[in-house]
Amino acid sequence: MKLIKTAFRSLIGNGLKTWLNVFVLSISFVLIIILQGILKGWSNQAVDDTIKWEIADGQYWQGKYDPYDPFSFDSSAVAVPAELQPDIDRHLLEPVLITQASIYPQGRMQGVLLRGINPDQQLLKIPTKMLNTSDTTEIPVIVGAFMARQNKLKINDVFTLRWRDKNGTFEAADIRVAGIFKTSVPSVDNGSVWLPLKKLQEMTLRKNCANILIKSPDAAVKAVPGWNFKSVDKLTESTRLLVKTKSIGTSMFYFIFLLLAMLAVFDTQMLSIFRRQREIGTLVALGMTRKQVVWHFTLEGTINAILAFAVGAVWGTPIMWYMVVKGISFNMDANEIGIAMADTMYASITPGLVIGTMLFILCVTAVVSYLPARKIAKMNPTEAIRGKAL
Amino acid sequence: MKQLKFIILFLSINVLAMAQYPSEKNILDKIDDNMSAKTRVMTVKMEIDGARGTRTMESKIWTEGDKRSFTEYLSPAREKGTKMLKLENQLWIYSPTTDRVMQISGHMLRQSVMGSDMSYEDMMNDTPLLERYRADVTGEETIDDRKCWVVTLTAIKEDVNYYSQKLWVDEERYVPLRMDLFAKSGKLLKRTTLSDIQKVQGRWFPKTMVYKDMLKEGNGTRMTFMSIQFNVSISESTFNKANLK
Repeated sequence: MKLIKTAFRSLIGNGLKTWLNVFVLSISFVLIIILQGILKGWSNQAVDDTIKWEIADGQYWQGKYDPYDPFSFDSSAVAVPAELQPDIDRHLLEPVLITQASIYPQGRMQGVLLRGINPDQQLLKIPTKMLNTSDTTEIPVIVGAFMARQNKLKINDVFTLRWRDKNGTFEAADIRVAGIFKTSVPSVDNGSVWLPLKKLQEMTLRKNCANILIKSPDAAVKAVPGWNFKSVDKLTESTRLLVKTKSIGTSMFYFIFLLLAMLAVFDTQMLSIFRRQREIGTLVALGMTRKQVVWHFTLEGTINAILAFAVGAVWGTPIMWYMVVKGISFNMDANEIGIAMADTMYASITPGLVIGTMLFILCVTAVVSYLPARKIAKMNPTEAIRGKAL
Repeated sequence: MKQLKFIILFLSINVLAMAQYPSEKNILDKIDDNMSAKTRVMTVKMEIDGARGTRTMESKIWTEGDKRSFTEYLSPAREKGTKMLKLENQLWIYSPTTDRVMQISGHMLRQSVMGSDMSYEDMMNDTPLLERYRADVTGEETIDDRKCWVVTLTAIKEDVNYYSQKLWVDEERYVPLRMDLFAKSGKLLKRTTLSDIQKVQGRWFPKTMVYKDMLKEGNGTRMTFMSIQFNVSISESTFNKANLK
C-alpha cells in the first residue's frame, strides 16, 4: 500500500507530462469501448433485423436452392412437401417462391428477383398486407426503399414485368407499385420485387411450388426428404462473421491510438529512470531490494492507466451514454455494404466490455512500464547515487 | 331463304379470299429457299445500341445447315479472338483473355449475346418453325411499299420461348421484312426488321437485320451482312472444339 502511495505521489509529481500521458491513454480507452460497443450493437441489430425481416425462426430450403446462384431458383422451385402442408395451412410456415425476371421502368431493363409471398403472412416484418389490393388491373408489387430509389420507382408507378414460366416461355404483364417499405436488410430490398405468392405461382405455372419455407417459432422442426432446415444461427452466421471482419479492420484505429499512448508511457518511464538514478540508488542504499524498486517504477507507470480510466470516465461517459441512447447515423445505405445496417446504430456497451477493455489496457501499460524498469535491476547503487549508472 | 343465300354468299367470299393466299407451308418453304443454304460463310457487323453509346463488333461466321456454326470475333480489340462453336443444341465459347473454353448451357443460354438484344437461345433456335408453331396466313399488309403476307405463328409446343410470332413476308421476293415475337398475354416482346434486300447468288437476302427488345428504349442491335457466300465448301475441322483455341 505504501508502495502504491509513493508511486502515485511520484507520478503526480511529474505534473503536466503525466496528465498528457493520461489523457492520450484515456482517448484509447474511450475509443476502444465506443468502437467495440458500436460494432457489437451493429452485430446485434443486424442479426435482430435479419430475423424480423428475412428468416423468422429459420427456413427450410429446397435441396437444390442456393441463394448465391440465381440459376438454382428454377430447379429448386418444387411443390411444397405434403408433410409440411398442415403447418402452411396454419401459417406456421410461409412458402416463398423465387424466380428471375426483368422489369422495364421508364424503358430501362433491370434484372430482378420476383419473390412470391402470402400477403397475409405475419412471420416477417415485410408489409405484405399492401399486396391485398383489388382496385388495380395490374399485378400489385411492393419493393424496398433502396430498390425504389435505384430504379426511380414511386407508389402507383406502372411498368412492364417480363418473366418466363416453368417451360421457359416468355410472358409479360404490367405491374403496379402498391407500396414501398424501408428495411435495413439488403437481401429483402436490393433487386427484389415482392408479389402475392398465388399470383406468382399462376404466372410461372408452378402451382403450390416454393423454394423456401419460413418457419414460425411455434412450429416444430421436421426432417423432410429433399428439404434442409437452416437454423437462425446458421442463417445469421455470415452476418456475424462479416461484423467480426469489420471489427478486426476497425481495431487498427484503436491499435494506433494505443500505440501512441504506450509510446508516451514508455518514453516517460525511460526518462524518469534516467533522471531519477540518484533516487533509485538512495532507495537501494536505504534497504529496498532492486526488485522492489522495479516494482515501484512499474506501478508508477501502470497508475497512468488507472488515472486514464478516471479521466476517460469523466469525459467519455456522456459520449458513451449518447451512443447507447441516441445512437449514431453514418448516412450510409445498408444495401451499399451488403449487410443489415439500420439508419441509426446504437452502441451496446456492457460491463463486460468496459471491464475487459480496462484489464487489457492495464496489462499493456504494465508491460510497457516494466520493460524500461528492468534496467534498474542491473544498476550499481553507488554508481546510481553518483548519477552514472546509465 | 334470304338468310341462307346470305350465308352462302358470305362463306363463298371468305373461301375465295382464303384461296388468294398461298399455303403457309409454301410461304415458309420459299423463305427457306432464300434464307437457308447448305453452308454459309459471312462477315457480319453488329452494332449494339446501349445506354453508354453504340458498340460495334465484327465477326466471321461459318454455318452448315442450322445445326452447326462457328463464329470468330474480328474486332474490337477487346473481343478479338473470341470464338463460339454451336453444335446442334450445345454452345461453347472461347475467350482469349481467360484462355478458356466455356460451355454455355441451361439458364446461361438465356443471357444476352455480347450485351446485344439477342440471347444465346435466340441464336441457337434452329428447330423448323412448323415443328413448334401452327402457321396461318392472316392477311396482307404493306411494309416499306412492299406488299406482304402476314403469317401468324402460334405455339403448339409448351417449351417455346415466344408463344406467338407474326411474320410479314414480301409477296414477291419471299423474304420476311418484319418478325414480331409475342408473349402469351399478347404483349409484343421483340421485333426483327429486315431490310436492304439484295440478290445474292440468285436468292433474295436481307443485308441488314435489326433486333429490338420492344420493352426497352433504344435502337436495338443492328446486324449488317458485309459479305455472304452460300453453299461454299467448309472444312470439317472448322466445327471442331479444337478450333476454338
